[in-house]
Amino acid sequence: MDFLNGDEAVAYGAKLCRPHVIPVYPITPQTIVVERIADFVANKLMDCEYIHVESEHSAMCAAMGASLVGARAFTATSSQGLAYMHEMLHYVSGSRFPIVMMNANRTLAAPWNIFGDQRDSLSQRDTGWIQVYVENGQEALDMIIQAYAIAEDDRVYTPVMVNLDGFVNTHTYELVDIPEQHEVDQFLPPLRSKNAIDFNHPRSFCISAATEWNMEFRYQQYEAMENAKQVIVEVDKRFGDKFGRYYHGLVEEYRCEDAEVVLVALGSAIGTSRIVVDKLREQGLKVGLVKLRFYRPFPAEYFKALSKRVKAVGVIDRDLSFGYEGAVASDIKSALNSAGSPPKVINFIAGIAGRDITKENIEGMYHKLFNLSQGKFEKELQFTGLRW
Amino acid sequence: MAKPQIVKFKFPESLKEMPLGPSAEAGILTEPNAGWRVQRPVLDHSKCSRCLMCWVLCPEGVIDKQNEKLEIDMNYCKGCGLCAHECPKDAITMVNEGE
Amino acid sequence: MIEIRWHARGGQGGFTAARLLGLAASVFCNHYAQAFPSFGPERRGAPVLGFTRIDDKPITDHSQVYRCDCVVVLDETLMETVDVTKGLTDGGTILINSRLSPDRFHFPENFKVITLDATNIAMQELGAPISNTVMLGAFAAVHDFIDIDSILKAVDKGMPENLRSKNKKAIAHAYDAVRGRN
Repeated sequence: MDFLNGDEAVAYGAKLCRPHVIPVYPITPQTIVVERIADFVANKLMDCEYIHVESEHSAMCAAMGASLVGARAFTATSSQGLAYMHEMLHYVSGSRFPIVMMNANRTLAAPWNIFGDQRDSLSQRDTGWIQVYVENGQEALDMIIQAYAIAEDDRVYTPVMVNLDGFVNTHTYELVDIPEQHEVDQFLPPLRSKNAIDFNHPRSFCISAATEWNMEFRYQQYEAMENAKQVIVEVDKRFGDKFGRYYHGLVEEYRCEDAEVVLVALGSAIGTSRIVVDKLREQGLKVGLVKLRFYRPFPAEYFKALSKRVKAVGVIDRDLSFGYEGAVASDIKSALNSAGSPPKVINFIAGIAGRDITKENIEGMYHKLFNLSQGKFEKELQFTGLRW
Repeated sequence: MAKPQIVKFKFPESLKEMPLGPSAEAGILTEPNAGWRVQRPVLDHSKCSRCLMCWVLCPEGVIDKQNEKLEIDMNYCKGCGLCAHECPKDAITMVNEGE
Repeated sequence: MIEIRWHARGGQGGFTAARLLGLAASVFCNHYAQAFPSFGPERRGAPVLGFTRIDDKPITDHSQVYRCDCVVVLDETLMETVDVTKGLTDGGTILINSRLSPDRFHFPENFKVITLDATNIAMQELGAPISNTVMLGAFAAVHDFIDIDSILKAVDKGMPENLRSKNKKAIAHAYDAVRGRN
């Protein structure tokens, strides 16, 4: 056991996966990841090509080049860096390269700010990457390992983004168990890419696809994401069987069995919410919590089924798709509505640019959900913790 | 050139008072910035020849030559000691804060 | 759950102490712990905060620390501009690095105030006025749930090799100094 912050946990996770190539560019609050990995490489604890690229766009290009020759590639970024590599996110997913990237969730300028919200990754929703959001350092380390197992599965070949909340996860120290290298080697064998240059079978890669062919490639990506739902569950079970920690796949429920109202959130806010759920349950209130772990592929089937079980759903969005509502709420409402008579939903816009989501905030959210379930009026979209 | 004076920043008190886009009035210093100073420069005017070496060299630009006697702005002096080190007349001494 | 807030100036190692305490409590004392700094750009000399949470069950709270049970002040000049008692629970402890005795600070009576000339001990053991590990030793002396051996092991695990031996001496010195009273 060690006492590590989230960034360090990711660095250890990456180390254990034995990537061949790590092209990186530093950006707060991901910097500790790349610094630790640099230390590992310098101290010969990691055998890989560590490339100091001149930008995040180049980092993803280099990762793609590495994957193209069958190397396992890892990189990490945040916020402006993620935005900078935006077109490459499409390139990598469309080319079907199983790259794993850690993203430290940090808000996007303007206004410029280094602190955490999920606007950066949620706004990359449509780039074709699998996205998982972790609650703490242990899950961060474990998901880097699982990410490769998911990405490199024959049925998937889709890149995976592992998201940590900036500062709250990345810079907070917690107990983390670092698995043994030989155990991770057994869990994650070396990459034998079926999408790489092979001198014995020369092929052209990343070609154009004319109108007559293009849509079929997109259908393949769609299928791969559908397959990923199953693969994620399989990998989670296999990981749990080996390392003793299960994360329950796409979604984890906390005390939802007989819940009347539930909150849905991604990342560290879940940890804080667990405490509030326990407190309200002790008061006899039937509240539950849904940890949305994977945003893509989106567990639509789960929410359709949830629709029949609860009276009101609150969705915490650490983002806002200006012109409409929180991105996560939109997707959840759409899934809830695909069943008949869906529960009412309140979209809470909270935790923007590092504004703390307090236990009091969360308790307030549950009380509003009860109002809603009792037929009282509540606005569909509410900003939490605004000054005035 | 007149140095900006410390002006308490008036924060918006309602949404209506928020500026359009993240911006703010320019040319004001809102807070003193000397908290980490361990030593402060003390200028002995009887030794000062007004050669202005300290004024030229000060990395923070806190030496004011407007008046006959040079003045050091303690709100922004960081106590680096360059002025004391370079003064050809040894007119400046670095003294521990709090003494 | 115990929540501790550390007050220091940037560069004085306030967060290192918060982290070492968390490391000691979790890895070596079989508790669960969490440690984090006040997030933001750190300038040498600017006031910064460190936080440690310690509990007997896993700590899932990821919100800020608003109330704490103990406050540790590494630099007494901070108290001129910062209210170190903010959020301190009734009966909470304030540990201050100072030559002055507790009654000179005029804190409300419901707080337990303990002072130690940590700078002096640091000068003796480290040759530098860096009081963070000394105050860590004082903390262990005042609180039963954390023992001095765990703190020393945390130094071995959590500090660079060249700093370990003298910091362990500083910790032990502070521990004995505080324990030895009354």
